Parts: sequence; C-alpha cells; structure tokens
Amino acid sequence: MSTSSYPPLKLHVPEPLARPGQEPDFSYLRVGPAGVVRQPPIDSRPSQTADIADALVRVLDDEGNAVGPWDPHADPELLRTGLRAMLKTRSFDARMLTAQRQKKISFYMQCLGEEAVGIGQAMALEPDDMCFPTYRQQGFLIARGYPLVDMMCQAFSNDRDPVLGRQMPVMYTSRQHGFFSVAGNLGVQYIQAVGWAMASAIKGDTRIVSAWIGDGSTAEPDFHSALTFAAVYRAPVILNIVNNQWAISSFQGFAGGEVASFAARGLGNGIVSLRVDGNDFLAVVSVSRWAAERARRGFGPTLIEWITYRAGAHSTADDPSKYRPANDWARFPLGDPVTRLQKHLTRIGAWSDEQHARAQKEIEEEVVSTQKIAESYGTLASGHVHDASTMFNDVFKDMPAHLRRQREQLLES
Amino acid sequence: MATMTMIQAIRSALGVMLERDPNVVVFGQDVGYFGGVFRCTEGLQAKYGASRVFDSPIAEGGIVGTAIGMGAYGLRPVAEIQFADYMYPGYDQIVSGAARLRYRSAGDFTAPITIRMPCGGGIYGGQTHSQSPEALFTHVCGLRTVMPSNPRDAKGLLIASIECDDPVIFLEPKRIYNGPFDGHHERPLVSWSGHPLAEVPEGHYTVPLESAAVVRAGSALTVLAYGTMVWVAEAAVRETGVDGEIIDLRSLWPLDLDTIVASVKKTGRCVIVHEATRSSGFGAELAALVQEHCFFHLEAPIDRVTGWDTPYPHAQEWAYFPGPDRVGKALLRTMEA
Repeated sequence: MSTSSYPPLKLHVPEPLARPGQEPDFSYLRVGPAGVVRQPPIDSRPSQTADIADALVRVLDDEGNAVGPWDPHADPELLRTGLRAMLKTRSFDARMLTAQRQKKISFYMQCLGEEAVGIGQAMALEPDDMCFPTYRQQGFLIARGYPLVDMMCQAFSNDRDPVLGRQMPVMYTSRQHGFFSVAGNLGVQYIQAVGWAMASAIKGDTRIVSAWIGDGSTAEPDFHSALTFAAVYRAPVILNIVNNQWAISSFQGFAGGEVASFAARGLGNGIVSLRVDGNDFLAVVSVSRWAAERARRGFGPTLIEWITYRAGAHSTADDPSKYRPANDWARFPLGDPVTRLQKHLTRIGAWSDEQHARAQKEIEEEVVSTQKIAESYGTLASGHVHDASTMFNDVFKDMPAHLRRQREQLLES
Repeated sequence: MATMTMIQAIRSALGVMLERDPNVVVFGQDVGYFGGVFRCTEGLQAKYGASRVFDSPIAEGGIVGTAIGMGAYGLRPVAEIQFADYMYPGYDQIVSGAARLRYRSAGDFTAPITIRMPCGGGIYGGQTHSQSPEALFTHVCGLRTVMPSNPRDAKGLLIASIECDDPVIFLEPKRIYNGPFDGHHERPLVSWSGHPLAEVPEGHYTVPLESAAVVRAGSALTVLAYGTMVWVAEAAVRETGVDGEIIDLRSLWPLDLDTIVASVKKTGRCVIVHEATRSSGFGAELAALVQEHCFFHLEAPIDRVTGWDTPYPHAQEWAYFPGPDRVGKALLRTMEA
C-alpha cells in the first residue's frame, strides 16, 4: 500500500440524476426564460459568444408568444408548413415503428420529440444547401419534400428500395434533395460535411452545409477533427449538435455534458457557438438563419447545441424503461416541439384546433395510403427484396474480375 | 522524355492533373508551401494556388474525412498521409467512409479520392516510419490499392488513380524515391539517372490499374513482387542465376490475376516477396490464389519471403528487411524442391 499522506483517489463515473422508479430530474439543464439572450452581430469573434454558448436561446415563452431579439418574424405560412412537416414526420415514425413490431421491417429509429431541429433548419436553408445527417434527421428529408413512399420502401428493404437493400432502415440517401447517405458509424459524416463545405468554398460556390451529430458522438475523434478543420479553413458549415440527453442508455454526462455545455466545445476551437432550445421551432429557424448568413458571408462555421429530448427509445433494439424514469419526456422542461408551435400559431391567429385536427387527419391518411403503396412492393418479411446478385454491384464503379467470379459462384450455388 | 526520380514523376503526375482538371485538389500535412517532407508537391502551391494545393492540420481522420466530403461534392482530391505508419487515425474514414460510400448509397454518392502515402523501410525510420500496411487495404472491399516500383509507372499509375472513380490507396515505397534500391544497403546508392524506367513522358499518360508487368521474363520460376521488392527480386535472380520470371503486380487489389496465373502455369514454381510482416500479409492471399488457380501445374511448394512478424526495428533494420540473400535462398530452395 502507498505511504502517501493523500487520501485514496476515486474514479468519478457519471450518473444521471434519476433512474427508473425515481422522479425525473432535469435540474441540471439550466433553462432560462425566453427572449432574454442577446443576438450578437454575425461578425462576432468566437470569444464574444461565450455567454451564449452557456445560456439558452429561446423565442417562445410559456404562453406561446414570440419574444426577444431572436424572434425570426417568420411568415405564418412557413410556420404552418413546418408544423405539418413535424406532424408528418411523427406520423411516419409511428407507422414505421408499428411496422417493425409487425416484423415487416428489421429495425427502426424514430425522432419523436426532436422533430423541430431538422425540420426548422431545413426550412431556414436554401433547397440546394447540403445536409450531412445522422440517422435521426428524417424530418429534414421530409421537409425537403423527399417522397414518403421512397423512405418507406427503403425501410421495407423491398424491391423499390433506393439503396437496394444494402442498408438497414432509416439509412436514406438523396443527392437530389441534398441529403448525404446516412452512415451507421457515428460521427463520420461530421468531418465529411466540413470537406464538402471546403469544396464549396474552393469552387467559389454559394452553397453551405448543415452538419449533424448527437451529444454522445461528440466524443468521437471525427467531431474534434471537424471543429479543427472547420475553424482552420473557415468552412461554410453549420455544426449542429443534437443534445437529446441520451446515447442509447448513456446519459449526456458520458460525453462530458456534466462539466461543460456541448456548445462550449466550439469556443476553444475558435468557433462561434450557441446553446439553443431545440424544441422551440422559432428559435431553430432563427438561429439557423443567423448561422447560415454567417456562413454565406464568409464568417465561417457556427456551432449550435440544440437542447431537446429523445422521447422514445434509441432504436427498436433497446428499452428505455430499463435505464431512465418512465415519465421523463412528460416532465422535460422544454416540452414538445409540436404542441409549442401549435400553441404559438393558434395564439397569433394563424391556426386553430379545427385546422390542427384536419391537418392531422389528412396527414394520417396520406401516411397510411402511402404505406399501402410501399407495402405493395413488398417487405423484408415477404421476401420481395432486390435480387441477391445485385450485392456485387457498386462495390467499385466497374465490377472487377474477382467479383464477377464470386457472383457466378453465388448464381451457381 | 525527361529523366525523373520517383519524386519528380509523382510531382509531374500531380501537376498534369492540376492542369487538366480544375476539380483536382492536393492537400495534407506540409504539402502546401513547403512542398511535402519528401518534396513530392514542391512548387505546386506556387503554380496552382493555395485553394488547390494546401497544408492541413495533423489529423489523418480529418484529412481523409474532408477528402471524402470534397469527393462527394464533385472534386477529385489527392490527399497525402505523411507516412503510411500515420494512417491509422484515418483508417475508419477509409474503411467506413470512402470504401463504402458508393455501395451504401447505391451509387448516389461516391468518393473518387486518391490517398497517397509513403511506405516501406530502408531509411532507418524505425517502427513508425517504415511500415507496409498494404494488406490492411487489400482486405477492404471497395478500395483499390496501388504500389509502383519505378518513376514511369509511378506517374502513369498516379494519373490513373486520380482519374479513377473509386477510392485509391497509392503507396509509395520511399526507399526507391531516389533510386532503384536492390537491398544491398552496404553498396553505394544508385540513382534513377540513366535508368530506362526513369525516362518519363512529360505530359499526360496512364498505366492502367489492374495490370501487372512482367519486368523480367524467365522460365524456371515466377517471382511475385511489388514496390521495392521488385528490385530486390531482380538482384536475387541475377545473383543466383535462377531464370526467374519477375512480375511486378503494380495494382495489388483488384489485381491482374491472369498475368500471374499464366506465368505460374508456365514455370510451375512461385515465390512471393513482400516487405510487410508475414502472417495474414498480402502474400498469403497471393499464395492462396496461385494454389486455387495453378495447383495442378505446381512442381514445388509456394514460398514466401517477407519481413518478420515483428515491428520494424531501428538498429536491426537490415536483419528485418527481406534482402537479396533471403530472396535468393528462397529461389534456390524452390528450384530444389
């Protein structure tokens, strides 16, 4: 044993404030009132945004009013479109989750509770700006108008699956909609997004990039490379961190969230950084517009930590009741992005309960009828998948001899 | 025609492609203003500008990751990893990103990138500046792995790699950057000057990928080699008098199996030579392929001469390096079998 006079050292292993059977506790979140955080000039130096990286930008107050300097003064039609996209995403997620339980698809990941971040940002950008998503930005793709039937066919892995059955459900891709192929490896897309943004600058383009990562994956080296490269080359990229509090069963403390905000990671890298209410659709639109303007004007990257909550399981392969209180989402201080936007639109007279009910019904009908069409092309369970011999395509642009031989072997067997 | 070292030939290839294709960009640690630690990019930034030839942070994952993003945008980036030994932080981006992008998106996005990296020993670089990690790339589906052995091939293969729509790992055996080193480290250095393979066209040309070269015709046995080991094999053949047919693979994967099979069927004997460690090395794949395709033509067991299964030692470098004596013994052993 040591003869030192110091007390024995002790390893700190982070632990969330509440576990199953306990009362939810979000006291760690540091939520201030709406409208109080300033909006800095777009040419601010990173160090001049230190206060905002630790605060919480909010526009919608508890009564549904838009208040303070970040009010985007958005056209109500844009907000209604955003609300419909959120409802559609939620309905789509619910149907796919059910389809997974019915074993029609192998796996699913919903974005319940965090629809506003992807959809709000998609609506703040130009249609040809590029998105490097995680697997939870289906809302972004829906907001861009990608056909729901194609998303479903991808999830069903059927013979209309645009990625030919090669990827698990939700790994969408659409160059046409500026949506980069979703990777199953965490964080890899973040640095690739910076490369795309650098290319846009190299070519004198005007398009910018929307890059996405989760709180848990900020621990990956690619996150840190992305921040370094984005700052070094002043890349026109919005670096979004979706802090939905949970990475499968690991709360955000295991990515360092106990000791500093995720937004604060940008400051040390020389990046203007903001911490924002991600369930506040108006804040999402407003801050995304501000960050896009900075990127387009040559001021480089902006890092945004969106505070939101992963209301459902990580995926269909885990059970959150095993690691967090069952009623967590109901007690989340930033609420539900759908009801908050609905309340705002209603308050300003741009929406009504009747309109809401009608929109919801129309969307449900659209999703259900689209699902019928998608299922008519088959499901993984029904075996209507792309021919097995297609697995040898696209490994290389032109199939080399060894793959031609292997394909022949498969066909002979 | 001009006489070029491999460094000059690589620089010439980069210059040709920067000139021809406005989507080609060149970047990596120290490659911009300074021109690279091995001088392969010297003068290119001054000529083509800092937005097309530039330095990068010391982050291989970042270098490869940004190259993938640039490739997805539509550029043809040529990224340099300063030493192949430094590649590991970028390996995830190479394997999970570059190699799989076309496949996972069913051709919606591609990564037409070239990743250059000096490899191999012989410069007293110890275990962190001497490695030959080619088998870590040949094992990855979706990657092309290339290793030239002379200036003319280096330029033609590099241009073909940059023009290729697949991701290409371009390994440069640094020991032969300045001359055709045959493993006799105790002898004076030989330069490329005056060597026929150092006669390099100044303009655009390609050496096709997936094509091996028979660098010495022979009838007694087939030697499969690449990079520096082509020159070591040539010395071993010369010194033992065994009439070996030496095949320089040039493209390791996908490879030119037909040339290999035709040669082994003709000679009935095969020795495989590489500098990398032995077990699960690329030689194991070559031996398996020769066995699968030429078994009934073989008159002797397939032999392998490789680096030992140890890290590349510093002071004991020449005991590690599979030089002409070790290769020569294998040739004689295979002839006697």
